[in-house]
Amino acid sequence: MGYIGEHLLPGQLGHFFIVLSLVASLAATFSFFRSAQSKNETDAAYWKKLARYAFITEVVSVLAIFVILFYIIHSHLFEYKYAWQHSSLSLEFKYMLACFWEGQEGSFLLWSIWHCVLGLILMKTSKKWEAPVMTVLSFAQFCLATMIAGIYIFGWKMGSNPFILLRDSGVLDNAPALHLDFDVNQALRPDYMSSIKDGNDLNPLLQNYWMVIHPPVLFMGFASTIVPFAFAMTGLWKKKFGEWTKPALPWALFSAAVLGVGIMMGARWAYESLTFGGYWAWDPVENASLVPWLVMISGIHTLLIYKHSGHSLRATHIFFIISFGLVLYSTFLTRSGILGDSSVHAFTDLGMNWQLLAFMLVFVVPSLIFFFSRYRGIPTMQKEESGSSREFWMFIGSLVFFLSALVIIGKTSLPVFNKIFGIKKAPPEDPEFAYNSIQVYVAVIIGLLTAIGQYLKYKETSAKQFWKKIWIPTAIAVIAASAVLAFGNINYTKKGPVFLGSVWLAVAAGIYTIIANAAYIWLGIKGKLKLSGGSIAHVGFGMVLLGILITSSKKEVLSTNTNSIATPLGPNEDPRENLTLIKGVPSDMGNYTLTYEKDSAHPKKQLWFYSIRFQSKDGKEDFVLKPNAFVNYKGNEGLMANPSAKHYWDHDVFTYVTSLPNPERQKDTASFKTNKLKPGDSLFYSGGYMILEKVESKDSLPPEIFGKNGSLYEAPLKIHSKTGSIYSVTSRLAIVKGGALALPDTITSEGLVLQLQKVNPDQSIELGVKESDAILKFVTLKAYKYPFINLLWFGVIITAIGIIISMLRRIQLNRSNIPPS
Amino acid sequence: MKKIHIVLLVLIAGAIAYLIGSFKFASSTYETISEAKSNPGKFVHVAVRLDTLSPVVYNPTKDANFLSFQAIGIDSPDQKMQVIYRKGEIPNLMISERLVLKGKYENDHFECKDVQTKCPSKYKDDMKVAEKNVQNATQNAAATENSSPK
Repeated sequence: MGYIGEHLLPGQLGHFFIVLSLVASLAATFSFFRSAQSKNETDAAYWKKLARYAFITEVVSVLAIFVILFYIIHSHLFEYKYAWQHSSLSLEFKYMLACFWEGQEGSFLLWSIWHCVLGLILMKTSKKWEAPVMTVLSFAQFCLATMIAGIYIFGWKMGSNPFILLRDSGVLDNAPALHLDFDVNQALRPDYMSSIKDGNDLNPLLQNYWMVIHPPVLFMGFASTIVPFAFAMTGLWKKKFGEWTKPALPWALFSAAVLGVGIMMGARWAYESLTFGGYWAWDPVENASLVPWLVMISGIHTLLIYKHSGHSLRATHIFFIISFGLVLYSTFLTRSGILGDSSVHAFTDLGMNWQLLAFMLVFVVPSLIFFFSRYRGIPTMQKEESGSSREFWMFIGSLVFFLSALVIIGKTSLPVFNKIFGIKKAPPEDPEFAYNSIQVYVAVIIGLLTAIGQYLKYKETSAKQFWKKIWIPTAIAVIAASAVLAFGNINYTKKGPVFLGSVWLAVAAGIYTIIANAAYIWLGIKGKLKLSGGSIAHVGFGMVLLGILITSSKKEVLSTNTNSIATPLGPNEDPRENLTLIKGVPSDMGNYTLTYEKDSAHPKKQLWFYSIRFQSKDGKEDFVLKPNAFVNYKGNEGLMANPSAKHYWDHDVFTYVTSLPNPERQKDTASFKTNKLKPGDSLFYSGGYMILEKVESKDSLPPEIFGKNGSLYEAPLKIHSKTGSIYSVTSRLAIVKGGALALPDTITSEGLVLQLQKVNPDQSIELGVKESDAILKFVTLKAYKYPFINLLWFGVIITAIGIIISMLRRIQLNRSNIPPS
Repeated sequence: MKKIHIVLLVLIAGAIAYLIGSFKFASSTYETISEAKSNPGKFVHVAVRLDTLSPVVYNPTKDANFLSFQAIGIDSPDQKMQVIYRKGEIPNLMISERLVLKGKYENDHFECKDVQTKCPSKYKDDMKVAEKNVQNATQNAAATENSSPK
């Protein structure tokens, strides 16, 4: 039976390319493997050629899948579940990519696309390493292809297909109007598409430009961790121990830069569009992306140790294996739904847990077995590292970074342990502090090691040489750190003196890192930019460290609510952070006076913008922030708020809406109270008083409206509120065709409704007065001040630039070492 | 044994000891309402549902931070406790199927420090909302169709 209005061709093409990519990636894996295993050159070349064709077919299929899916979303083909679930007619073009990776299938596809790009570059550049490295990569491609296959094998569903039709997905099964005879047991109506007019739309929180660029960068980072891993595996496989590190180093640097930037873009997105009030919350999703990066950095440093001293080759292997393994583990954690109650993020559970677990195990287990079976063969140095050598302290630093990653992922994995051991442990009372309290020591150690590391020489450093160079930056750092600690007001006393002391140490270490590494560019490498990638990256890292410490310890709650608290706060109580602003009424908030001026609506969506004017009491600042909120969006009752921030060079003022009037909750229960007034009389209400100025009656009324004996009375009133505002209101009463018609006046900001009920012959009036909260227009918001948050963002950029400089330098070195083939 | 191996062992042992210690001592547990009530002053995680029959008290024009509601057990609606939360409105409280409250039972109420509104799966929930939308839309369409003369 055919259905009217469906476009089936794109889906059929999509299915075809999914199957093709599955077959092509498997063929590529097999052929690259045969090529790598071939004993003679001709065989190897033959298989390699075949493998390349297969891989290029794979690239074409993946791109085709991407293009088709994008076409479906862009053309609003809501007969496809993916388009219907993640997009809508009103979705702006710029967010179409974001809805592409809102779903699991799209994000797997994104990962796969980056593998294709990396694969093409590897085929072009990696020469003798190509076949074995590409074997690993092609196999990963095969695994990713199974994730979007949506094929049933012996009744077991493998992967989730993005081209599934809405009518096959079960969504429509319970909608009787879409079925013949309004019976859900019958088939769908042939014209059911005429009822599917719009899609479900993208989650409003993802409608942010950072969501368009953050996932591609992050996934590029995830995808690229496979390259150092594949090189390490190749080293073990071909017994070219150590030799692989040369081509792997630029790739590892690339991965570190991209993954690092990707993670921090996510942090920036959280800062700009989420309302937990910050950029980092030690949420499992964040942790899961951070730990592979930490271990990748460890791997890069042990690799450098190996290059210069011959030590730490085994550690380098293990770090690259674990870094990639953690990417797979993170994928499992964040997509399987196992995190359940421990994450604020809600995860899509597609019922692919076993497949995700298998994806991880199929790489991690064999690679570890492989590593330990070849363990003895991996060359090591008999001579012990000297305590004054650079490699010794670099190794300690790498180890601390690695262990910090281990501790973070260990804590994040609590739900996994609960599941395995059948226990019901929950995160501690202050989960963020549980991370911070230990990671602050990591910051101290890493900060110090990063500061002094480059001043040590490989093999052996003489004390004289070391002090000769380092004393100047050390002296400057001591002065700078003392100044910052003395005048910077870093008084984070909430967690006791020990933690505050650690924060101070870490701040000092961060400053030392910045100054020592900046100085090293001149003292150590004489300002040669090409060689200073490492130092620049370390300066950036120091800025990140310092930025994190200062923004977290000096974050201020501006919206401290002091005027409506019944009881004062206890010493350990959190400040009350919500503040209610009544429209048009200036309110006090710390050093600012806030006014909720107006609100405006998005032309197409249920999105409201609230203009809040901030005026500082010293008169220096005057700006308007427009936090917005989706209200009752697409059937999701309640509000989803997006913050807004005013950026200064040294701090941000940040605010978001937490509550809005809820008409259901605030039913207008108040009633009018009648008061008798004469002109000149005053009447008190809870917010002030009002004076009746006079009573007038209007003549010459149009009889077609008012009838024969119609009349209209007007009673102008002046209202003096306690806040000092004066309002002029004219209450009116019309006698129309014998009936009285009172027209209530509302003074919104005072919560006051007035109604002229009767005018007596003696010029006295009866005035109905109602005081009600229900008519108040207000917003409840929170506001924070983040000092020096720009230090963090700039630090990230500088770190990335430094790493990229190192990468380019390493590529150049590799080229000049290897004669062109 | 080399120095570096000693450092390695010490640090790894330290990290593992720290992890185990933090799970053993510095963590909380998931409890039911009656368990929370019988351990006043103990910091616990309690998974509950909102009792929709009792009023949710939140009046932002009076106190923008005070929120109070009645919680009932997920599987045992007869277990009840009054919850006080002092951080303002909880997003999506009314539509949540499940709340994880973090806090202590004190005197006559549960002093909630933090709360997670949860649906068993965001995906399923999305789908439910979506299904509802589809049904509403189609029923409206059907209604107009039926009323129009054939």
